[in-house]
Amino acid sequence: MALTLAPAVLHRIRLHASEAYPEECCGLLLGNEREGGKEVLDVLRMGNAREESRTRRFLIAPEDYARGEAVAAAQGLGVMGFYHSHPDHPARPSAFDLEHAWPWCSYLIASVENRVPTAVKSWVLKDDRSGFDEEIVESREPAPVAPQAPPQPAPAPRVRAGGA
Amino acid sequence: MATRVLIPTPLRAYTERKEALLLEGKTVGELLSALTATYAPLKRHLYDDAGTLRSFVNVYVNDEDIRYLQKEQTRVTDADTVSIIPSIAGGRS
Repeated sequence: MALTLAPAVLHRIRLHASEAYPEECCGLLLGNEREGGKEVLDVLRMGNAREESRTRRFLIAPEDYARGEAVAAAQGLGVMGFYHSHPDHPARPSAFDLEHAWPWCSYLIASVENRVPTAVKSWVLKDDRSGFDEEIVESREPAPVAPQAPPQPAPAPRVRAGGA
Repeated sequence: MATRVLIPTPLRAYTERKEALLLEGKTVGELLSALTATYAPLKRHLYDDAGTLRSFVNVYVNDEDIRYLQKEQTRVTDADTVSIIPSIAGGRS
């Protein structure tokens, strides 16, 4: 499977990783499923909801996730996964990433060293939750598509703050 | 009696891409049991090995987090909407 991102979208992720350094950044990958993988057409920056350990942990709160799904649906897109940065650390998922991972989603990790973005890799949780499979990251312009009516947005529940 | 349960994107690969399901149950726990009985592979992603709802799985009845209600014993009616909403957590260590 492959995760395809337009160069400008990939640039925005790396820029976010650099700006957030030495803390971790996080956000949603918005796009569509394609044959052979997912195509990311936009990203949505999310605030790191963690109050502590922000240099090595991130949290997207449920109310922010719900808002992101509504934003995606309004654009005729879906949440394809998430991105976050690993400051001064390889772009490999940690045990903490594994423990908290959702299935099907792409987990794109951007490594950043001394504020300089380096490697970007993407991972998908195995069905049995034993680990991640790496997926190919392709940076290229999205394929043109025929105009179509946007899907009906899923109802966005009003939620109050919860936590992981 | 059937209650509407909203499925977040990460779990729709297991629910035939359905965004919402009508499920039978008098409590949130019964609804989730009905969900995992129909779509068994979902269970490992919602519950840990001890059978406890994972910390990053948030369940709301209308706009109320069940942690502030009666948790999985929270009663529901067919007028309620139950939402499963992810928290996304991770980090380098």
